[in-house]
Amino acid sequence: MNALELSDVRKVYTMGDGSEVVALDHATLTIGSDEMVALVGPSGSGKTTLCSIAGGILRATEGRVVVAGEDISGYSEKDLTRFRQRMVGFVFQSVNLVPFLTARENLLVVDELGQRRGKAAQQRADELLDELGLADRAKNLPSQLSGGQRQRVAIGRALMNDPKLVLFDEPTSALDTKLGEQVMDLIRTEMKNRGTAAIVVTHDERILHYCDRSVHITDGVLAA
Amino acid sequence: MKLALREMRRRPSRFVTATVILSLIAALLMLLGGLLDGLIQSSTGALRAQQAQAVVYSSTSQASLVRSRIDPDVRQAVEQIPGVTAVGGLGSAQLGARVPGNGPRDLADVALFGYELPPEGVPDPPAAGQAYADEILKADGVTEGMTIQLGPARTPVEIVGFVRDTTYNGQGSLWASAATWRSVLAANRPDAQLAEGVFQALIVQGDADIAGRIDEATGGATESLTVTEAVNAIPGVREQQSTFNQIIGVTIVIALVVIALFFALLTVERSGMYGVLKALGARSGTLFSGVVVQAVVVTAIASVLAAVLMVVLDAIIPPGSIPLQITPVRIVLSAVLLLLAAIAGCLFSLRRVLRVDPASAIGTTV
Repeated sequence: MNALELSDVRKVYTMGDGSEVVALDHATLTIGSDEMVALVGPSGSGKTTLCSIAGGILRATEGRVVVAGEDISGYSEKDLTRFRQRMVGFVFQSVNLVPFLTARENLLVVDELGQRRGKAAQQRADELLDELGLADRAKNLPSQLSGGQRQRVAIGRALMNDPKLVLFDEPTSALDTKLGEQVMDLIRTEMKNRGTAAIVVTHDERILHYCDRSVHITDGVLAA
Repeated sequence: MKLALREMRRRPSRFVTATVILSLIAALLMLLGGLLDGLIQSSTGALRAQQAQAVVYSSTSQASLVRSRIDPDVRQAVEQIPGVTAVGGLGSAQLGARVPGNGPRDLADVALFGYELPPEGVPDPPAAGQAYADEILKADGVTEGMTIQLGPARTPVEIVGFVRDTTYNGQGSLWASAATWRSVLAANRPDAQLAEGVFQALIVQGDADIAGRIDEATGGATESLTVTEAVNAIPGVREQQSTFNQIIGVTIVIALVVIALFFALLTVERSGMYGVLKALGARSGTLFSGVVVQAVVVTAIASVLAAVLMVVLDAIIPPGSIPLQITPVRIVLSAVLLLLAAIAGCLFSLRRVLRVDPASAIGTTV
């Protein structure tokens, strides 16, 4: 089963003056169940819009969106909220950990907001922290962690709900080259070990080789 | 909810300002309530203490002791009503009292009552020329066994004991026999003296619903009230209550505005985090209930601090100086009103929480 199927997806924003801006124009994209795809394009090209639609944050104006066999095109806000809890993981550009929670609690927040699996979730958080080399940092607050460590916590958080698709929004933009490569290495290892599909939004050409393929987007139009 | 409580534990400093301001508002609220209760208590004790099912005034008196006259034939009519078990006359006189040891112009305000049926906590009427005094008169230097002089005629009355919570119009009361009262009235208020057998009001014991039947039996010559109605009919009581309640209402509105502003600011500050949490699958309801939980906790802490402050204040204020009455009921009532205001205040943040777009978490560096 494919992790993502976008068929003829359009996203049109209506501006204050009534004019329309096409952010995504008839995008069609298929991502295999364990494929890692880099989404490359200049700012304002529609990367974020595509990512948000694939992750169930935005609704497409037209077209069909299927994530791991689940057609979310007609979902309401509520349905999308539940869908996000179950199916997708996000790693945001500025990491965005909750500042007053420890590394471990930042992972568990996903469970508290969603399914509430209790003990099983705690076990999973500990396993993930261990895998990500953060076992001894579990009780540290984000302010006590380095940039790379914070990014790893964010990756752990994205994997907490065992997602079918993980969306990485510029995961290396705040890191230097060496740290960026380490983080991409880690992302690739984690994704491949789990067989989880990923979209990595970036405009950093240096990290493309970590992905299975790249998709370019310009003015809302996809080009493989 | 867990998230909201954890934030308060980990970042208490963010909530200190709001807690301090709300503590002061809560203290003001409890102080106002305590003053209202104290004022009402000091104006109404003499009637509240009456163990009666009805207090009977003459129909034209508008429930004022000073204006009311009950003649013996009316009393007789009341006594004959089935269901009435006891009837006692009640009369009052408000006078200045000269207390030995105080200066010649330093009069104590007293309300002398002549009674037949003893109110709660007051013994049977003492012998002629004697009276029981309310303990607040101790602040004026009155002691047991002392003889004080009442009114311009300086009628001597010997104090034979003290009673509690029987003040009237803020004055300490004296409880004497009907004969003593009548003679004091005749000597000091010749214009208001009453003939033998005439009282200002009747205290009636009997069936619970007796008040309604008395006025019928007297052919409309009387106005019978329950004790509660009589207390509320004391001139000034309603006015004090409505004035204080308006001030209390305004104070609650201020608390509501403070909470609304504080949490609206916090919500604006957190909108980035809310966007991320929503993207991770948090519902708006979950996030908003976190805001409410924080507001309730802040308000509860503020109420506890204010209550402690009030208890301390109550302990250090000398008795008789300020009519402040701090009761658990008033403290709990103030806290409940504040909690309701806190929840209402949070509603101003609801729209903002609902409007946070999970899409804002992606593609931004907030």
